[in-house]
Amino acid sequence: MKKKVTLWYEFFKGVWDINPAFKQILGMCPTLAVTVSAINGIAMALATTFVLVFSSLIISLVRKLIPSQVRIAAYIVIIASFVTIVDMVMKAQFQELSKALGPFIPLIVVNCIILGRAEAFASKNTPFRAILDALGNGAGFLLALFVIGGIREILGSRTLLGFQVLPNSYDPMIVMILPAGAFLTFGLLMGFANAYALRKNRKVAETNIFKYKLEREKLKATEV
Amino acid sequence: MDNAVNPTYRLELSSSPHIHSRWTVKQSMWLVNLALLPSIISAVIFFGIFQLSILFTSVVFCLLTEAAIKYLRKRQITLMDGSAVITGLLLGLILPPNFSLVSTAIGAVVAIALGKEIFGGLGNNIFNPALVGRAFLQAAFPVGITTWHQPNYALDSVSSATPLAALKFDKVLTDITPMFWGNISGSLGETSALAVIIGGLFLIFIGVVNWRVPVSMIVGMLIFGSIFWIIDPVIYPSPFFQLLAGGFMFGTFFMATDWVSSPLTSRGMLIFGFLISFIVVIIRLFGGLPEGVMYAILLMNAFVPLINKYTSPKIFGAEK
Repeated sequence: MKKKVTLWYEFFKGVWDINPAFKQILGMCPTLAVTVSAINGIAMALATTFVLVFSSLIISLVRKLIPSQVRIAAYIVIIASFVTIVDMVMKAQFQELSKALGPFIPLIVVNCIILGRAEAFASKNTPFRAILDALGNGAGFLLALFVIGGIREILGSRTLLGFQVLPNSYDPMIVMILPAGAFLTFGLLMGFANAYALRKNRKVAETNIFKYKLEREKLKATEV
Repeated sequence: MDNAVNPTYRLELSSSPHIHSRWTVKQSMWLVNLALLPSIISAVIFFGIFQLSILFTSVVFCLLTEAAIKYLRKRQITLMDGSAVITGLLLGLILPPNFSLVSTAIGAVVAIALGKEIFGGLGNNIFNPALVGRAFLQAAFPVGITTWHQPNYALDSVSSATPLAALKFDKVLTDITPMFWGNISGSLGETSALAVIIGGLFLIFIGVVNWRVPVSMIVGMLIFGSIFWIIDPVIYPSPFFQLLAGGFMFGTFFMATDWVSSPLTSRGMLIFGFLISFIVVIIRLFGGLPEGVMYAILLMNAFVPLINKYTSPKIFGAEK
């Protein structure tokens, strides 16, 4: 069964089908807290992706060595080492971003996406697939944070990635850079994503019903 | 939908007991719009004819949003039932005079889209749509929405504090008589208690709104206001001041009585009204904001399902 999943889907499912933010609803803390601007969202997502990829790789490599009773502790040790690396690099190289993201970089240790992927995927799959899955989930998280951060930045402070996109005559909505704006944006985006998925599923179901009816009519015709 | 069907032969499919209202939904919606007329007139008298543009913008954008969402969701477009007009008028009447028209339009879109249609349209909204719009505007444009103008019939009027803001920040108590007539600064339709009472009593006497919510809110305000007034009449304002100040009267008769977002049971309505008054008093006297009617009603709207659950009458003969 597992062999049938293509390598492309292993990567792509994280971007849309099981998008960490919109579908798995994991990593809510950074999703809501740091997306005041698009650049913060990108930085947060890249830091998370880095930790996710390397911890998935290591966990996948040592998955047969770790006794299952102590696996969470072992995962946390592995994840924490990479988080420390990210935190130190960001403090040394990108001080402004590090200050803006504040405690959320060290908090990647307890980010549910990383532990969730480690538990659900990396501990059961080969290293190559684990890396692809981690990259896909990281890309999905990046997409989510960039979209939320972009919308909040445009509406809340007229800019996108630091460049002014809306004219000065536009009155910035202060609510969008407050926590309430994060909940509002995230909730609406999740609603749209779910509505889209629902509509797609309904179309599939409708075609199945159509096929069934066609089949039944054929049977009736042959009976008569 | 069932206009073509002769109503005498219509089959009732809901379970008993059936309760009949004197008015259809559409009729009662337009009666509420009629009851808002005195407040609209008071807004024009005290703040000038220009203020009608705020009401007009608000109503038009409410209607447009409703039509657009109904169209996108492929539902029947029911603009003539008047509910979107009510939301637009209510939202316009609780905005400050000379408020930016662009912001009014944003508030109207938010009120209908996030306050009503996102829950499934009329009858399904948890919160009062107009108050959702107002709360969003309060958070989005905190400066614009707290810029008040003195009523002096001119377009470029002098800005001044509302009675509640004056009490909170300058410790100045406003005289009660102008607060009854409406000759004070404040939101468009909220200043004149007289106009609001005329509209509200009209609605109660023709049976469109239940008397329990307004009465329990007013009694509650008199009780809780008196408690603090008796404790220290120097620091705390009299209950009558509290009753007439800010949006309390408007909220009492038009916001809290919203059929959809208020409790269904008689006891529940009384509890609902009392608790709104309690929260209003607490916010006004001890909170950071001068006025709290909006947040009090929104907060209690969230408790309505709980109130309904615990006050639902026992079914006769049912096992406890």
